[in-house]
Amino acid sequence: MRIPCPFCGPRDLSEFAYLGDAAPVRPAETSDATAVFDYVYLRANPAGPHRERWYHASGCRLWLTVTRDTRTHEVLFAEEAAP
Amino acid sequence: MSVGPYRLPTGGAIDRAQALSFRFDGTSLTGFAGDTLASALLANGHRVVGRSFKYHRPRGVLTAGPEEPNALVELRSGARREPNTKATTAELFDGLEAASQNRWPSLRFDIGAAARLAGSAASAGFYYKTFMWPAAFWEKVYEPAIRRAAGLGRASGVEDPDTYEKAFAFCDVLVIGGGPAGLIAALTAGRSGARVILCDEDFVLGGRLNAERTEIDGQPAAIWAAAIATELEALPNVRVMRRTAVVGVYDGGTYAALERVADHLLEPPFGQPRQRFWRIVAKTAVLATGAVERPIVFGGNDKPGVMMAGAVRTYLNRFSVAPGRRVAFFANNDDAWTTAADLRAAGVDLVAVIDSRAEVADHIRAKAGNARVELSAAVADAKGGYGLTSLQIATPKGRIALDADALAVSGGWNPQLGLATHLGGKPQWSERHAAFLLPADLPAGLTVAGAANGMMTTAEALADGAAKGATAADAAGFTAAPAPLPRASDESFAVAPLWQVAASRTKAFVDFQNDVTASDLALSVREGFTSVEHLKRYTTLGMATDQGRTSNVNGLAMLAALTGRGIAETGATRARPPERPVAFGALAGLHRGKHLKPTRLTPSHRWAASEGAVFIEAGPWLRAQWYPRPGEKTWLDSVSREAAAVRSAVGICDVSTLGKIALFGRDVGAFLDRVYCNTFSTLPVGKLRYGLMLREDGFVMDDGTTARLSENEWVMSTTTANAAKVMHHLELARQVLWPQLDVRLASVTEQWAQFAIAGPNARALLERLLGDVSDEVVPYLAARIFDLGGIPARLFRVSFSGERAYEIAVPAQYGDALAHELMWAGEGLGVTPYGTEALGVLRIEKGHVAGNELNGQTTARDLGLGKMMSAKKDYIGRVMAARPALIDPDRPMLAGFRAVDPTKRPRAGAHFLKIGAPETPENDEGYLTSVAFSPALNRWIGLGFIKRGPERVGERIRAYDRMQGGDLELEICAPVFVDPEGTRVHG
Repeated sequence: MRIPCPFCGPRDLSEFAYLGDAAPVRPAETSDATAVFDYVYLRANPAGPHRERWYHASGCRLWLTVTRDTRTHEVLFAEEAAP
Repeated sequence: MSVGPYRLPTGGAIDRAQALSFRFDGTSLTGFAGDTLASALLANGHRVVGRSFKYHRPRGVLTAGPEEPNALVELRSGARREPNTKATTAELFDGLEAASQNRWPSLRFDIGAAARLAGSAASAGFYYKTFMWPAAFWEKVYEPAIRRAAGLGRASGVEDPDTYEKAFAFCDVLVIGGGPAGLIAALTAGRSGARVILCDEDFVLGGRLNAERTEIDGQPAAIWAAAIATELEALPNVRVMRRTAVVGVYDGGTYAALERVADHLLEPPFGQPRQRFWRIVAKTAVLATGAVERPIVFGGNDKPGVMMAGAVRTYLNRFSVAPGRRVAFFANNDDAWTTAADLRAAGVDLVAVIDSRAEVADHIRAKAGNARVELSAAVADAKGGYGLTSLQIATPKGRIALDADALAVSGGWNPQLGLATHLGGKPQWSERHAAFLLPADLPAGLTVAGAANGMMTTAEALADGAAKGATAADAAGFTAAPAPLPRASDESFAVAPLWQVAASRTKAFVDFQNDVTASDLALSVREGFTSVEHLKRYTTLGMATDQGRTSNVNGLAMLAALTGRGIAETGATRARPPERPVAFGALAGLHRGKHLKPTRLTPSHRWAASEGAVFIEAGPWLRAQWYPRPGEKTWLDSVSREAAAVRSAVGICDVSTLGKIALFGRDVGAFLDRVYCNTFSTLPVGKLRYGLMLREDGFVMDDGTTARLSENEWVMSTTTANAAKVMHHLELARQVLWPQLDVRLASVTEQWAQFAIAGPNARALLERLLGDVSDEVVPYLAARIFDLGGIPARLFRVSFSGERAYEIAVPAQYGDALAHELMWAGEGLGVTPYGTEALGVLRIEKGHVAGNELNGQTTARDLGLGKMMSAKKDYIGRVMAARPALIDPDRPMLAGFRAVDPTKRPRAGAHFLKIGAPETPENDEGYLTSVAFSPALNRWIGLGFIKRGPERVGERIRAYDRMQGGDLELEICAPVFVDPEGTRVHG
């Protein structure tokens, strides 16, 4: 698998660290335990394109949002994770 | 010197001027450059080269390629001994040593062959049925017995002296396979200017052209192939990789390939690896892996002397070796007759051609010359004790016998498509080819050419290869001109399926390597294992090192017949990488032993070594564990002396391995407030604070101190183990969670050398170096920068030992010098270097938590640090830490423990039980995390977590450790054993 890092170009998988689903958004300043529980634990597990967080640890140290097809590992898109 | 009784007098692609001597089972033999081990053994008349896996039947060479199921040998000796090497792909070299496998005491007399007599003891599902009960019998009785009887060769048992490499390559067009289609595809793409890599696993390019007597452009096919190879190698944009098998196809145009750099040499040349594992990234690829011939399932089809017809052609034409003296053919297709003609041309006696078809065209039949021809016939049983001697032939007129010492078999050809299905495509059955052809959904960028694509004749393969080479180059952004096609013949490959001979009376093998017979398949179906994947696992069909190259299609065609389904409906098992066996060594490459994670040394490592330190691995680091002194008998003597010296005088300890992260920006304080559970934004310049970092799920992730060096510059310390993890976490928080904050991060762990100076004399020691470090200048929890002979030295007033203590940090290149300076400055003050063990003793005596307690399952509250969690701000982990289960008063909480008998040593990991309670999980009250012998208390003490610990001080409990056999009474106490009032830190 190769990831097209927006800073470094297409690079081998071994340079990246994986975190997981990019969808959950951290609830701001809330004490709503349900919202935080969902943020911490609930993850979609789609068969198909999936937006996920990858860290270019052995590269530019940028956190990326990578769109990957979970059926084929095809990387469709990679962008800076910063909103 | 004998050239071998079966070597033909002329011909072949061997170099008769270059004789090579080798040994097989201790016998000295001779072959030629250009031979494989298999061809050299056959030339020397070695028909039996091994015993089979389950029944220990004698087996000979079946094929001439990587699909070989039988001729597995141990190659080389000593540390380089390598089991399960296919003799058919092992290139002969001078001095090669090979040994047969699965025989004891010798190949000729094998005790295990007696297993044949008890045939049913090893039928399908044997493992599942026989060894179910009792469980303990498996390890003690069954497994050792099976291992003695079966198994495939022996590993060397010692470390491999060779090295292996991993490498990357990039190209526009990757061509997999150097046969006719691959060669012309590579040439077409190469002439367009595309960067081409051509991988071929053989040591000579040309594929089956090297085994043919046909001509291309009026010259022998092998000569044409050699000319193309020369042209390819002259093109600067083409890289030809011989002895390189592509073994896997991955997404994104990534291909794995194994290059056998030095397998054909006695030893790798200096500086060269034995093998190299490639990751090749290609824009497009042409798969030209050809086809593999399949056997026919009949009685005794595994007798040495029975060989694939295509292999016979290869041994005749490429290696100039006759398969026997009296050779018969058994086929269901036209192609095998070409081999019969080649055999006659080589002057070998062709005794008969037996074809299962009723009709064969006259021009095909003419290839047999005057030899006997039997149509609508089949070999029912092959006979012979230690190799083929005669055949029983079922004909419409009845059963007839025929003497023959070799039988060439052809059941048709299977296009080699495994690589095309690695990403999930399903091969499609073709009635015309009686074989599976390429899947509809090929991996992106991959096309298939030549025989792999069902183009079975040389002319078809060349045309298809040229077209696919051009397409691949075009798709990679080049413009390929159509190359003029060479003239080649269109041999007939007409085939009528024949999988199994019904008239067979003796054991008929489907999978030779795993000894799976026709009756095993029938048994499997009777017992209900009727899907291909079930059949495979129940009978082990196709699960051997040859991955069923010669057995899979026969097996599933027979399954289709047994179940009354069509072959297309039955389907094929899924092919997975690697396409060829790959040694772990090649996958590991240079990441072996200590090179997996290079050992890191602190800047003052040499100083510690000169002080006699005993080192221990701490994550990737080597840290001084203790410093033995003359007269000390055990580690405990040294550790206790060091800890006592810190309490009474002064000690120095290298803490450079702690993670260090520099933080810059206007919003660092606000940022730290969110990543630590306690508050940092209020920290004044020149001070530091202990911080606790939680995960978002509310458990503690890491701890450490963070100092504010100036308004916008901070430095954080992390634990040694979590340095990288915390860095990733902070980068995520900075970039993704709060990108609006002005914060920049840099890991500076390796930029600073840092030492703890602890003990009542710490101040006096430092004043010799830095001048005034009194409480007025460096109060408790101060962070100051000093000038140390022109070097900026950071001084932090922190204590992990409970004594007056400082940490001093200097740029890493001065670390070693500073260690010597500290020792000099401590002269007369009782200065003592101390290691990680004494560090542990001192912190346990003070009840400070460390890695053992920050184990990912504990909360701030469990650690007795609940008060650090700020109620005035949001931070990572805040909400989840308040979950009912995490604030349950019954949760195990930090407490101190001391053995009731002070001489007894408890062990970390022991679980707590109420005295008298049975040892069941329900009665578990917690566990002991850290244990040390306290010189200050002269007894063993520990830290651990126990239900309602702080409320139970004084209670006695039982520390039960089934793993290490520990069972001790302990008394619960407060976790601070020394100086609970905390006065010494100011002393």
